[in-house]
Amino acid sequence: MGAGTETFYDVIRRQGITRRSFHKFCSLTATSLGLGPLAATRIANALETKPRVPVIWMHGLECTCCSESFIRSAHPLAKDAILSMISLDYDDTIMAAAGHQAEAILEETRAKYKGQYILAVEGNPPLNEDGMFCIDGGRPFVEKLKLMAEDAQAIIAWGACASWGCVQAAKPNPTQATPIDKVITNKPIIKVPGCPPIAEVMTGVVTFITTFGRLPELDRQGRPKMFYSQRIHDKCYRRPHFDAGQFVEEWDDEAARKGFCLYKMGCKGPTTYNACSTVRWNGGVSFPIQSGHGCIGCSEEGFWDKGGFYDRLTNIKQFGIEKNADQVGMAAAGVVGAAVVAHAAVTAAKRLATKRDDADHTK
Amino acid sequence: MAEGDLAAPDLGAIAADSHGERAVGRPTVYVYEAPVRICHWVNALAIIVLMITGYLIGSPLPSVAGEASEHFGMGYIRFAHFAAGQVLAVFFLARILWAFVGNHHSRQIFYIPVHRKQFWSEVLHEIRWYAFLEREPKMYVGHNPLAQTAMFTGFTLFVTFMICTGFALYSEGEGIDSWQHALFGWVFSIWPNSQDVHTWHHVGMWALVTFVTVHVYAAIREDIMSRQSIISSMISGERQFRDEV
Repeated sequence: MGAGTETFYDVIRRQGITRRSFHKFCSLTATSLGLGPLAATRIANALETKPRVPVIWMHGLECTCCSESFIRSAHPLAKDAILSMISLDYDDTIMAAAGHQAEAILEETRAKYKGQYILAVEGNPPLNEDGMFCIDGGRPFVEKLKLMAEDAQAIIAWGACASWGCVQAAKPNPTQATPIDKVITNKPIIKVPGCPPIAEVMTGVVTFITTFGRLPELDRQGRPKMFYSQRIHDKCYRRPHFDAGQFVEEWDDEAARKGFCLYKMGCKGPTTYNACSTVRWNGGVSFPIQSGHGCIGCSEEGFWDKGGFYDRLTNIKQFGIEKNADQVGMAAAGVVGAAVVAHAAVTAAKRLATKRDDADHTK
Repeated sequence: MAEGDLAAPDLGAIAADSHGERAVGRPTVYVYEAPVRICHWVNALAIIVLMITGYLIGSPLPSVAGEASEHFGMGYIRFAHFAAGQVLAVFFLARILWAFVGNHHSRQIFYIPVHRKQFWSEVLHEIRWYAFLEREPKMYVGHNPLAQTAMFTGFTLFVTFMICTGFALYSEGEGIDSWQHALFGWVFSIWPNSQDVHTWHHVGMWALVTFVTVHVYAAIREDIMSRQSIISSMISGERQFRDEV
């Protein structure tokens, strides 16, 4: 994959795809991105005229589950996205080149496409000990990240690692693994959280950026609104059971067999922003709740440090010991209640004593 | 505006004179204006509903059998919570507005005069009174300094916290383009994970439980011990100073 000056349309025409199929793809993509009817023609126009966007895909502290998810995208097919729409110039996990040859591509892209390429980061840099916990190509990953971020147009933070830190940042975080937006502060960053993110969400984001040459609309946390503006709970097919008050109480009870709401089993659907309950996984086959397991909230900040995945009320650590809100609150209310009772008792005793004193005085 | 909330001098004299002797009368002062009293009882009721329904949202009632279409238990509980929450918000707001037009007692729960030395010495006196170290309580027309501190913290601050986190959580259902999200979405900049907002909102409920416990106890106790009406004042608006011990 070399210089990417040709357009997406050039590439697919060369691959023997008809113009008709190309337009079908454009309207289908516009629909999946939730765009209006005019967007299809805009996408077609962009893909016909704009040179393909060079993408540098880097891996920090991570498990590659984002890559695994990405290559399983059913629509648009990852093959289309990777091979045609973008010019994936560098991805050390799946590229053919290796060693110095591979590293040379970084320098080449940086020089040739200054301010134009997209930097996609999977995983995050550990900052402790000058970044020595993640060495990539003979130098700390954090240095490579900063270097490539300098001339990037925008940065995609793939997954919970790049977005929030994920398990390598779990307390006490000995390597000081740090999400991308805490390290790179002067570039537009789009967070695509999830562990991993849904494949169609990833390719959808790439499609949008390459088509329109800008980041999609982001929410307060820097996530694309089109996929992260609603909670799992809002579109969950078990939601009627929640509103009815029908809950699974034990993993092997009748309610579990009937597919009732997993709220009491600690499902984090009500607090998790993702597209799982609409887009689902593996080409729309299923998603965790459909398989009978609660959502663990893997696209949310700090989900790895909130105590049990199976607890409704998660732990508070600010009080030194790990207790949930009810345990802390009931203890406080209990202490105050007992203090009030004791105070009332002392008051009554004192009052009696005072009255007796007064009575003695008047005698 | 009369700074501080000590009784008017003549009342102070009566209070002092009444020590060990029969006072000449039972002076009455109009303290809590009607809007203050209405807000108090509406808010009290709303808070009780919010606590019960809020607890049941965190720990729902036992599961019910049958078809989902036959029940709406959780839905009604959540509706009651959201409705009571909005009632509280409206009356809390109304109460703030009244602080601008009402008498000076209506402003008392919204600030602590931290810069006044006398205020703190009187807080200390009240603490000593509650610790049984003072024989006689001082008399106040409005809240005593300790009560003012407790009302400001336990009511004004806690309820503000609950309204902000509550509307932020409500905005999740209303959607990212709702006015609730526009006004209270900043809460998610403090806690990006909504689960944390849920947790702190829940802790806030328990903080209010402790406040209500102390508030009710102190009101009953002062009614008996301080020789001035407290509970009936919040109904009639008038504070009566009694002389009997």
